[in-house]
Amino acid sequence: MKICVLVKEVPDAAVEKRINPQTGRMERGGERNLNPYDTHAIEAAMQVREGDEVDVDEIVAVTMGPATAVRALHKAVSLGADRSVHLSDDALAGSDVAATGYALAKVLERESPDLVLLGQQSDDGECYTIGAVVADHLQMPSLTQVIKMDVTKGKLRCERQAEYGYDTVEIELPAVISVGDAINEPRYPSLKAIMGAKKKPLDAVAIGDVGIEADAVGEAGSRVVCGEFKPPAQKAAGEIIEDEDTNETVEKIIAWLDERKLLA
Amino acid sequence: MSGILVFALHYEGAYNKNSLGGVSEAAKLAGELGAEAHAVVVGDVSDELAAQLGNYGVTKVFRAKDVPEGLAQPVVDVMAKVMDDNGHEYALFGGGLLGFEIAAGLAARLNAGVTMEVTQVNVVDGKLEAERPIHGDSSISTSKYKDRGIIIGRLNAFETAAPTDAGAEVEDIEIELSPFSTKATMVQRGEARGEDIDIEGANILVAGGRGLGKPEGFELCEALADALGGAVAATRAVVDAGWYPYSTQIGQTGKTVSPKLYLAAGISGAIQHKVGFQSSENIVAINKDSNAPIFEYSDLGIVGDLNKILPKLTEAVKAKKG
Repeated sequence: MKICVLVKEVPDAAVEKRINPQTGRMERGGERNLNPYDTHAIEAAMQVREGDEVDVDEIVAVTMGPATAVRALHKAVSLGADRSVHLSDDALAGSDVAATGYALAKVLERESPDLVLLGQQSDDGECYTIGAVVADHLQMPSLTQVIKMDVTKGKLRCERQAEYGYDTVEIELPAVISVGDAINEPRYPSLKAIMGAKKKPLDAVAIGDVGIEADAVGEAGSRVVCGEFKPPAQKAAGEIIEDEDTNETVEKIIAWLDERKLLA
Repeated sequence: MSGILVFALHYEGAYNKNSLGGVSEAAKLAGELGAEAHAVVVGDVSDELAAQLGNYGVTKVFRAKDVPEGLAQPVVDVMAKVMDDNGHEYALFGGGLLGFEIAAGLAARLNAGVTMEVTQVNVVDGKLEAERPIHGDSSISTSKYKDRGIIIGRLNAFETAAPTDAGAEVEDIEIELSPFSTKATMVQRGEARGEDIDIEGANILVAGGRGLGKPEGFELCEALADALGGAVAATRAVVDAGWYPYSTQIGQTGKTVSPKLYLAAGISGAIQHKVGFQSSENIVAINKDSNAPIFEYSDLGIVGDLNKILPKLTEAVKAKKG
């Protein structure tokens, strides 16, 4: 069985955020890292490999993004992927969700995996939707927000929370599954794995290598035109207390609640 | 024709609240466009239930009886065919997990533009434009569509119209599902895990998230809620982890509340949770991470260790209330 895990680099959430006074927009430092939600997908792949039900021949991390995205692939490999594929091409810049999903599907077609895993969302704003886009292009069944996944030969039994409670769904492989963050606790990579990550095979591909039509991606291929950014209606900033002396902090909270008649 | 097609989710004989919001919004926008809004329902829907959608403004309901309920890909097949056969220019969803999945699949199938987490839709020069907050709600971006557009609302963004008794024409349609749409089978649907607790009527909610560290952390929330005369709520992450009952979940796939006080302990405040309680009168957040998004919209934020603060706060509330 071959598993492909879709990963993405995102701004590091640990880096301090600040609001730019000119634009009113949130800015984060330049550090980018592997999307934390994707680590659950890699861990899920590792647990399938370590389980007794199926033999996993290969776990392949796949990303689309600029040159810096290589870092996310190294991290993915340090967490257990055997090799990685980096789709990078100037023609891809500005791709919307539908174009991105199409491009990733073309890379996956070449790999022909039995199972595609991805994280439930990315930390930089996009999006719970990429898995469903990829699945439609690959003509595979798909499910998102999966929090339990049992693999048997040729089949998955998945659980997830939907509108009316928990659903259990059986899916035939090959399939595209986006996992929720409750599915597992991702392991930490060993120092050896971190050091060795850069030596694992990394296949850099451009759009022509995987048969992506140039006019179906990038700004030209995107069906949404985004723009006209404006600030939202501002809510007055709340009061912040740094807890140094807890008795004092509690006194302040009580006074605040009392003022608003919440302790009546 | 430039109509709007909207998906209406139903379960046990009633429509999902967000779907009714979506249906109402689609009808309103279609009016402004000088077009019609139509709805799609699948599975076991009575004539009466199907026609009911007309009371919220759609003029026609397409019903695909033989299509399984609760799975996205079969609905993509249905909506793609209905849109192609009838020339709908837009599809609209009230939000929710299935809405996201169907909309994304439909965007791929139709090569259409898709925008999620939409909070407002405007008609500009005879076209729809969708507004979507981005970067932790610090900016709003506008989406325009080159041809067909698919719009997914943020939870509670679309208001449900006051129902009329207009009704709607119901047309049964036959659909041949794509081979891959039949490869997922619902084994069990709508299982409620944990006891059934009513949190929607509470004036005060103490909510707990991952920052509680362990399931027992909820004991701190329960003690404080008892002292305040309120109830305890939870985030999806801790409900999925089995720490607290599903019935207490607030957010995108859970409940929406607007109590007088929402006190969030160990909750980072991601959008998926925020949408479930943002209209609360007073929001108090306790979190050890000063970068937590929740501090950007709380009225009172305390940066500190909840294990130290919650017990003392509980005692102080008890003392104050006597």
